[in-house]
Amino acid sequence: MDQSALLAVLLTIVTASTPLLLAALGELVTERAGVLNLGVEGMMVMGAVAGFAAALTTGSPHLGILAAAAAGALLAVPFGVLTLNLVANQVATGLALTLLGLGLSGLIGERFVGQPGVRLQKLQIPGLTDIPFVGPLLFGQDILVYLSIVLAVVVSWVVFRSRTGLILRAVGDNHASAHALGYSVIRVRWAAVLFGGALSGLGGGYLSLAYTPQWIENMTAGRGWIALALVVFSSWLPSRLVIGAYLFGAVTILGFFVQGLGVGVPAQLLSSLPYIVTIAALVVISTRRGRARADTPACLGQPFVPDR
Amino acid sequence: MKKWSALTRRDAMASALAGSVALALSASLAGPAAAADKLKAAWVYVGPVGDFGYSYQHDQGRIAVEKALGDKVQTTFVENVPEGPDAERAIERLARDGNKLIFTTSFGFMDPTLKVAKKFPDVKFEHATGYKRADNVATFSARFYEGRYVIGQIAGKMTKSNTIGYIVSFPIPEVVSGINAFMLGAQSVNPNVKVKIIWVNSWYDPGKEADAAKVLIGQGADILTQHTDSTAALQVAQEKGILGFGQSSDMDKFAPKAQITSIVDDWSHYYIGRVKAALDGSWKAIDTWDGMKQEAVVLPPIKNVPADVKAMAEKTAAAIKAGTLKPFGGTITKQDGSTVKDLDDGAILSMNWYIKGIDDKLPQ
Repeated sequence: MDQSALLAVLLTIVTASTPLLLAALGELVTERAGVLNLGVEGMMVMGAVAGFAAALTTGSPHLGILAAAAAGALLAVPFGVLTLNLVANQVATGLALTLLGLGLSGLIGERFVGQPGVRLQKLQIPGLTDIPFVGPLLFGQDILVYLSIVLAVVVSWVVFRSRTGLILRAVGDNHASAHALGYSVIRVRWAAVLFGGALSGLGGGYLSLAYTPQWIENMTAGRGWIALALVVFSSWLPSRLVIGAYLFGAVTILGFFVQGLGVGVPAQLLSSLPYIVTIAALVVISTRRGRARADTPACLGQPFVPDR
Repeated sequence: MKKWSALTRRDAMASALAGSVALALSASLAGPAAAADKLKAAWVYVGPVGDFGYSYQHDQGRIAVEKALGDKVQTTFVENVPEGPDAERAIERLARDGNKLIFTTSFGFMDPTLKVAKKFPDVKFEHATGYKRADNVATFSARFYEGRYVIGQIAGKMTKSNTIGYIVSFPIPEVVSGINAFMLGAQSVNPNVKVKIIWVNSWYDPGKEADAAKVLIGQGADILTQHTDSTAALQVAQEKGILGFGQSSDMDKFAPKAQITSIVDDWSHYYIGRVKAALDGSWKAIDTWDGMKQEAVVLPPIKNVPADVKAMAEKTAAAIKAGTLKPFGGTITKQDGSTVKDLDDGAILSMNWYIKGIDDKLPQ
């Protein structure tokens, strides 16, 4: 493939992977605290509509980003109240959250359908971005792409190298002990749920601000579910999550590329390939010796009622 | 109507609170509570009515029915119905709710529609783009391929790289005949034209459609067309400074600098006619396949191209309307070199082969 085609493929892989990475990172933190929130799709789509609406009404895509994160976190609030305070079933509440998000976003977004959106500008550093090939790839992305990578590093550091992360994992692995040590399990989980909501919202906002700057109902098209799956397959490790998200994006786009060449590989096979390859790769990574720890947060999905 | 809306609201609450997975049902609440003698008609859509594409256009048809016959008919719709077992549930529910005329508007609703129709012999069903009929199941579609011949001709004239990018959903006959008609049109003015085809295996995924568009442009395509429902690909075309065509609805305001024209489905004439027929008792389970002549397929004013290209396309469109030009008339050479002549409707409706000049291999 020539250079411009290769560049187009690589750039497209980045945009395809970023929303998955953002949403999955948020869910990873939520699950590390022992909470399973299946409402990622709903929070993403709320982020998408809120980001679009805010950017359109204020003219600023950056306010759109903030609104997207806020909307995702806001939708996580009823989830937190129901599952953390009222000890409702997390799976059922999460599914309901997805339905609520899809319906509510359609309602809010009704008057925004068909309006051209505000695009989040890509970085333009004189000199650096103009370097052929490498420039646009490394120095010409939009701010959310860089943010997603930085966040992955920060989350990884916080979860495994900081005191906060120790508490987070304690709450997720053994909430009774964490409680006995004097940590507020509910408060930690609330923070994790809100963080997860905000990042899912950001992932959705990426869709309506940078990926395809427009609002259409249901525009997340199932990406929330893929993000959820990536968290499990990454065995709750941010570094593997980055690999998983980019692998998924890369195989999807390469599938399109191969089709465009017209070599006659069945399209259905190419469409299923991202799932197969991502699962296979992450399974291989996680079975390697030395890294084979049981990373599933032990209290994942279990409600906690403090015994006073 | 009252009963339906109450039920829907309660369902929505229950699903939101208790988490029971239910279909997202939306009932149109337009108009006052109806008198009992009004005909109840219902529509089932595969996507959201806000998709600004395929389902949106069907809903525009439903709204046209309300406008034209609002005093005699009461309409309702269900959106976002997945193709498969869920569809059967949604259709059956509409039938139980007293709807006497039900339009199921996607290919994948074919078997569910027939199953429900068997249980409700006094309800009339209309299935779009399928081929199975029964005593109370009519079928209808539009000759989208006629419009695709015209836009293919425009594309053939306008491409400089001789490479056209074509984003498609699923390898069903409607889509395949569209690709063939497009290429026949393109080849009629440009013997060197090539098409790159990407199947995204979805009718509606803005992200994937945009990805496919970017990849195609990267591979040298300088005109894009699509048989998927969102506006994403056309927006990518505008961003990259190339031209393209809309699908299902007029997507001009999303990409005013990129859209040359669009293949607009206008179901209003058909829907109004069928509802009238159901009202006066002349309804029959027939197959209807209207095209550009009946204005079931409409091309919005052609723009962003030189005047001579516009004139050529308008002439072609007029010839198709007049019936003097048939896209699948004459001798057609298949990809494998064999030839066929003057295809009839049956052959077009079951098309599962490419014409010569398409390098892609058709997924089977």
